[in-house]
Amino acid sequence: MTLIRDVLRALRLTAVLWLITVVLYTLPLLAIGQGLLPFQANGSLFRVDGKVVGSALIGQPFASERYFWSRPSDVDYSTGKTAPNSAPSNLGPTNPDLVKRVTAASKVLRGSGLNAPAPDLLYGSGSGLDPHISPAAAAQQIERVARQRKMSQPQLQTLIRQHTEGRVLGVLGEPRVNVLALNLELDRYSP
Amino acid sequence: MNAWIQVALLLALVLGSAPLLGRHLWQVFDDRPQPLLDGWLTPVETALLHWVGDRGRPSEQAWDYLRPLLLSNSLFGVVAFLLLLLQPAWLNPLGLSGMRWDTALHTAISFLTNTDQQHYTPEQSLGDLAQLGALQFLFFTSAATGLAVGFAFIRGLCGRPLGNFHRDLIRSITRVLLPLSLGFGLILLINGVPMTLGGPVSLRTLEGATQILVRGPVAGFEAIKQLGENGGGFFGANSAHPFENPSPFTNLLAMVAMFAIPAATIDAFGRFLGNRRQGTLLLLLVSVLFLALAVVAISAEQAGNPLLAPWLSGPNLEGKEVRFGAAVSALFATITTGSMAGAVNAAMDSLMPLGGLVPLFNLFLQVVFGGQGTGIAYLLVFLILTVFLTGLMVGRTPELFGRKVEKAEVVYSSLILLIHPVFVLVPAAITIAFPALQGISNPGFHGVSQVVYEYASAAANNGSGFEGLGDGTVWWNLSAIVSLLGGRYLPIIALLLLAAGFARKQPVPPSPGTLATDTGLFTVVTAVVIVILGALTFFPVLALGPIAEAFSLPR
Repeated sequence: MTLIRDVLRALRLTAVLWLITVVLYTLPLLAIGQGLLPFQANGSLFRVDGKVVGSALIGQPFASERYFWSRPSDVDYSTGKTAPNSAPSNLGPTNPDLVKRVTAASKVLRGSGLNAPAPDLLYGSGSGLDPHISPAAAAQQIERVARQRKMSQPQLQTLIRQHTEGRVLGVLGEPRVNVLALNLELDRYSP
Repeated sequence: MNAWIQVALLLALVLGSAPLLGRHLWQVFDDRPQPLLDGWLTPVETALLHWVGDRGRPSEQAWDYLRPLLLSNSLFGVVAFLLLLLQPAWLNPLGLSGMRWDTALHTAISFLTNTDQQHYTPEQSLGDLAQLGALQFLFFTSAATGLAVGFAFIRGLCGRPLGNFHRDLIRSITRVLLPLSLGFGLILLINGVPMTLGGPVSLRTLEGATQILVRGPVAGFEAIKQLGENGGGFFGANSAHPFENPSPFTNLLAMVAMFAIPAATIDAFGRFLGNRRQGTLLLLLVSVLFLALAVVAISAEQAGNPLLAPWLSGPNLEGKEVRFGAAVSALFATITTGSMAGAVNAAMDSLMPLGGLVPLFNLFLQVVFGGQGTGIAYLLVFLILTVFLTGLMVGRTPELFGRKVEKAEVVYSSLILLIHPVFVLVPAAITIAFPALQGISNPGFHGVSQVVYEYASAAANNGSGFEGLGDGTVWWNLSAIVSLLGGRYLPIIALLLLAAGFARKQPVPPSPGTLATDTGLFTVVTAVVIVILGALTFFPVLALGPIAEAFSLPR
């Protein structure tokens, strides 16, 4: 008898906790998000002429020489056949495949004039969606983009500076450049 | 230099918040008046208890506490399992079907045990209803179960009845987890973490590719994921995903959130005991262990990978995000494994050998701030063993907190510490013996680390992983379930039996021969016991995995 009583108690507990932790907890945050912070709540989406072209938080793959390039991604930035996805390479530090991949990426970058590419252009990111590159990685690409876009190098330096975020409060994290925001700006300057 | 400032800032925030939150936890679980909350929360909690059908009387016996715990946890797990297995079409915009039975079972048990190993790709497996109704539900209930056990154990060691499980569980949620998560969720939302039921966005990138961005009610999910030491990601990349962890600021808050409740629980323990010095010394003990481990991990990552020296220099950035950098990612890895959260903001598999050794070592010790409620319990178990060992050395009957430590306490403590290696090393040995079972993706010594890590993470109820491992198989799912359950419920049962027995003992008044446990010397001895017991049991696998891999690198 006590077993039946205890099971019934557990059932009622489960039901009421489900309501509290799933419904009651989620609704106010949804309401505040959709009501007061719709930009953040919906994924910080960039729109051009009303069409969504990306998210301020999520990177995109770039291959054209007219754009600044992002970091290598095993999931192609959630594009292509494996989308939707997010993942790192998970290659161990002594895995020969890591050396092979870095060698290959380095060869490609050298071919386009980057003789000593910044490490973040050779290392894969944690999410496969990293929106940022280091300021050094951006600076290395100025010459190529300037040539392709027929823009002056100081002009591009200014653009990069505008899109560089420093450490939060001067301490937290690392300085970084948002690649998609920078490339959107490029298209605005010289379509 | 910048890295060390961030370590100092983090530790200052954690240790600074510990007395404030610790006072709150003590008030909640010791039934002290809370004028700001009692007026409106007490009627709600009374109504909830009434609805459950429990009059809220404290348990006399350990099983009075354990019975409702095990029954309700079973039902929580069944609800989650059914939602994952059947996955209804509602709030499921991609029309995803249910999980395979073994993956659904592994996922339900993994989240039920506050572990959150994930042998699936969330973006391609779960809609919003399953994420909220199965996983977020278990985030709260598993964390609350841990807190309840932690404070029942503390009560027992302080010589009091264990308390009432339903009451502890409900108050853990209404007074601790829910309000903290709402606040943290709001901060995350303001900083860019999505909160929508609008489903995924499909868009054309600047170069014309089709990009699919999964969105969801992430802010709320993320808040309790960190505060409850859960760690299971809304997305595959977990806290490396910019939607879960968009900036260095949210990253700092996530790290503080993972440590906040375990640190505060240690402080609250001192208040329960009426000896705050004891709590403060234990906090210092784990802080020093944490600092030592963080230094090893950060230095290893900052030194970089010598195998890649012909092509690049600087810190190891493989599997790390630019906005966090190598040092802070290593710090995060130390915190997430020390606290049993298991969230990751970088690929654990791609850490340098010694950078990966630190998380593994944390999983072996289980006390470097430790899991929700269980952290303080394991720490006190080490304290019992240290009292016993030092008692043997000076030839006195060991005493702790005014009660004698006798056979039962030592047997239960030893059992609690032995359960862990059994559920890590035995399945790891079986898996390594059969290549068809392994799923190892990184060859050599690193492969050993991958397998051992998975079971260590399961048995410690952590949830992080060397994720290159091909763990989406029936073998991995079922064998990990054994470690998950064994690593969670066997220690809980033993802990509460120990505590209930301890509370029934006659108090002995302190005498000149009593060994004081609230001294610097005793704390140092405890730290040595923790490191020796942790290191000795697992040293052979550390030597075969990360240490051998470290030696294989060119100098």
